Amino acid sequence: MNALGNLQRLESESIHILREVAASFERPVLMYSIGKDSSVLLHLAMKAFHPGKPPFPLLHVDTTWKFRDMIAFRDQRVRELGLDLIVHINREGLALGHSPLDGGGGRHTDVMKTEALKQALGLHKTDCAIGGARRDEEKSRAKERVMSFRDAHHAWNPRAQRPELWSLYNCRINPGESVRAFPLSNWTELDVWRYIRDQDIPVVPLYFAGPRPVVERDGQLIMVDDARFTLRPGEEIREENVRFRTLGCYPLTAAIRSEARTVDDIIAETLSARTSERQGRIIDHDQTSSMEKKKREGYF
Amino acid sequence: MGEETTSMDLLQFLTCGSVDDGKSTLIGRLLHDAKLLSEDQAAALQADSKRFGTVPGGLDFALLVDGLEAEREQGITIDVAYRYFTTAKRSFIVADSPGHEQYTRNMATAASTADVAVILVDARQGILTQTRRHCFIAHLLGIRHVLLCVNKMDLVDYDQVVFEAVRDDYLAFQATLEFGSVTAVPVSALRGDNISRKSDEMPWYTGPSVIDFLESVQVNAGICRIGARLPVQWVSRPHADFRGFAGTVAAAPLSLGQAVVIEPDGGQTRIAGISTADGDLDIAYPGQAVTVTLADAVDVGRGDVIRDAESVMQTSDQVQAHLIWMSAEAMIPGRQYRIKLAARTAQAWISDLKYKINVNTLEHVAAKTLELNDVAVCNLSFDRRLACEPYRDCRETGAFILIDKITNETAAAGMIDFSLRRARNLTRQRLSLNKQVRATALGQKPAILWFTGLSGAGKSTIANIVARKLHLMGRHAYMLDGDNVRHGLNRDLGFTDAARVENIRRIAEVARLFVDAGLIVIVSAISPFRSDREMARGLMEAGEFFEIHIDASLAICESRDPKGLYARARQGEIKNFTGIDSPYEPPAQPELRIDTDAVSADAAADQIIDLLERSQ
Ligand SMILES: Nc1nc2c(ncn2[C@@H]2O[C@H](COP(=O)(O)OP(=O)(O)O)[C@@H](O)[C@H]2O)c(=O)[nH]1
Repeated sequence: MNALGNLQRLESESIHILREVAASFERPVLMYSIGKDSSVLLHLAMKAFHPGKPPFPLLHVDTTWKFRDMIAFRDQRVRELGLDLIVHINREGLALGHSPLDGGGGRHTDVMKTEALKQALGLHKTDCAIGGARRDEEKSRAKERVMSFRDAHHAWNPRAQRPELWSLYNCRINPGESVRAFPLSNWTELDVWRYIRDQDIPVVPLYFAGPRPVVERDGQLIMVDDARFTLRPGEEIREENVRFRTLGCYPLTAAIRSEARTVDDIIAETLSARTSERQGRIIDHDQTSSMEKKKREGYF
Repeated sequence: MGEETTSMDLLQFLTCGSVDDGKSTLIGRLLHDAKLLSEDQAAALQADSKRFGTVPGGLDFALLVDGLEAEREQGITIDVAYRYFTTAKRSFIVADSPGHEQYTRNMATAASTADVAVILVDARQGILTQTRRHCFIAHLLGIRHVLLCVNKMDLVDYDQVVFEAVRDDYLAFQATLEFGSVTAVPVSALRGDNISRKSDEMPWYTGPSVIDFLESVQVNAGICRIGARLPVQWVSRPHADFRGFAGTVAAAPLSLGQAVVIEPDGGQTRIAGISTADGDLDIAYPGQAVTVTLADAVDVGRGDVIRDAESVMQTSDQVQAHLIWMSAEAMIPGRQYRIKLAARTAQAWISDLKYKINVNTLEHVAAKTLELNDVAVCNLSFDRRLACEPYRDCRETGAFILIDKITNETAAAGMIDFSLRRARNLTRQRLSLNKQVRATALGQKPAILWFTGLSGAGKSTIANIVARKLHLMGRHAYMLDGDNVRHGLNRDLGFTDAARVENIRRIAEVARLFVDAGLIVIVSAISPFRSDREMARGLMEAGEFFEIHIDASLAICESRDPKGLYARARQGEIKNFTGIDSPYEPPAQPELRIDTDAVSADAAADQIIDLLERSQ
């Protein structure tokens, strides 16, 4: 008997999940956030339906504060693969003018990300949103289901989650309810990078080290990606060799000093990493269970 | 770590133990020793240990794995948590499940994907009831290998005698369960003895450490008892020249050119191609997600199983199965559930609940219903023949879940023991005279007018008028009144939920026979449960079933109280009275709703006849 290797097993499991979603829901979308996990997810979706195309569109919730490189990469990938992309911006939210540069960026994230996502899912009558979250990212995610049930208000209730046995996913929902599907649940950060290397999957160049203009703020390195960034007294822009372990809104995503210029370098760096990837996400730091709270409110 | 791990394999294991046996500590220790704790996680652990910790002055590894806020505050592990770590030899997925009896369903969930069960016992306490329970559930879910960790050896002076007593006790008990292998190891999770390194404290122990065992245990041996199976998930038709069937291979390799049968219909063909995005394959292994093309244009859809023609596979509409009840809402025999078996969804009901199994003593207990966490053996019927087989032969085609048709909750998980072939041997009497012929002779289209509503809403009054009017119109109609049926056919039934379900099932079956005879049947029964009315609807052909809600508020019905029943129910003389101490679930989308406050009984009857005539 030929046993499948770790990555092959993970790949097959993800494909199985993507096919279940396509067969069970009427209007699924793939949440494409442009990061490395999304890149793997997209790659798996292409594989799952080969030689056809994935039978669902991509959805990007654009907060208008993403790195410029991310947007360029997004548009290029979608063009190359010939896929449908829905870009959603919370226009009313934009008018409120919350900036990620103000007070930790919490309001901005609520309005332009959490609210915007709910808007987009409502607008497109999405019954299943496929996301790239992994269980190893954060403690409260360790108990997340592959098919995570959300009530009509998009809320996640840890007590109302359905038991998930074998690879038998319960995809039944009533009108208005929805499911978040996480095909990468069982992948680790290292699996993701190894798979990117083995499959030669394109990722945003920001993951690789290079000289970039950064400001040191509250002990974090923030890249100055456009003219909206305002310096505080005493701050100065320096050029440093940095890269990102995770990508989001540029003022809310910390860079790390690194010389990792290839995927192999990144794997080596990840193996010896002394900080977990989520530390780059500034919104997680507030309190012990902030992620769990965010999820209950509908943040991914 | 740091070696090439791309081609490494993956082991999934389950940890089970009772509260405080040290399960969380063990997992935290494994993660810690695998150097998986990053600096910020370690710092958070230190901070959390101060805030919530139970180990004075030390690191509380348990905090690493107790995820949800509520659980952390209560200090118990409620849900299954999945953890990941990698050593130089293998990648691991740990399913961490709680040990209390009230979390049997969580443990079963964790066990369903595990290759190995790591069972913890406290050396001071030895084998307890819960250890037996954990073992039984692991066995029930088909886990073949057990690692018994006798923990807290530091608290018994690392005494060999203590360890051996616990081990022997365990071996004696598990002998009946026939695991593939059982290994016992003395450990201290807290201090790291025999976890990832051999303990200096126990030189007398010569077996593997926990990690040694996990890195080397072989789990794939002997899984190929049957031929290849490919449950079809998705039919791929990107263009006119390609028709592929996508799914994950199970049980045995599937190869190019292989003769296959499409179940349950029995079509025969060959594998013409095995396609993946990385190129075509000659052979696909179990666990691999592929898309196959077939040599002939046979009929294949989602839920069908493509199987090796050389192997035997049952198709059946009745099986015996083990069930684990997972819903807070009790099981009712005869009630219809949705079954999901591989990629197939169908209707299923428990036709015979044989017995419950006491998970602590393994005794068989007679039962009429199943509640959350109950384990039972029962016969299950399906509304059609399904391709399935014993769970011990193939998990992918032998496991299923039952889904509540109203709430969509996962109500139960099940494992098929074997199929009951009775249904297949019993060929139905072929009648040349059929419903169509009889209905034409009567000059009408048979139908059911199903009146539902509270006692006293006016069902019988209106039903009687409708029957009389239909008779005058020359229609052949018959009335089945719930109260009258209870005097004869159903006089053995009471008013518990289960009896109400059976009451409605019989009425529905009788109504179906009358419809088959070509008649228009007027059913007048409280029929309080939505799922039962849906069951009745499911027995009929499309367009034959008219659900009519005779709607009156409880207050109105109670004020009418023609038979004085409400008064008696209020005084507690009648138990389980609908609307008082038994629920009524109004129809969501009835064909007709009659508001008895607004229209007279006669006008209501006319509306109903109108509805019927429009369909004739
Ligand atoms: N002395 C000693 N204490 C232990 C050991 N393993 C766990 N404990 C303690 O036993 C208690 C319960 O452990 P925990 O891991 O939370 O148990 P769980 O409920 O099975 O997850 C904690 O106070 C642990 O520190 C051990 O090997 N030796």
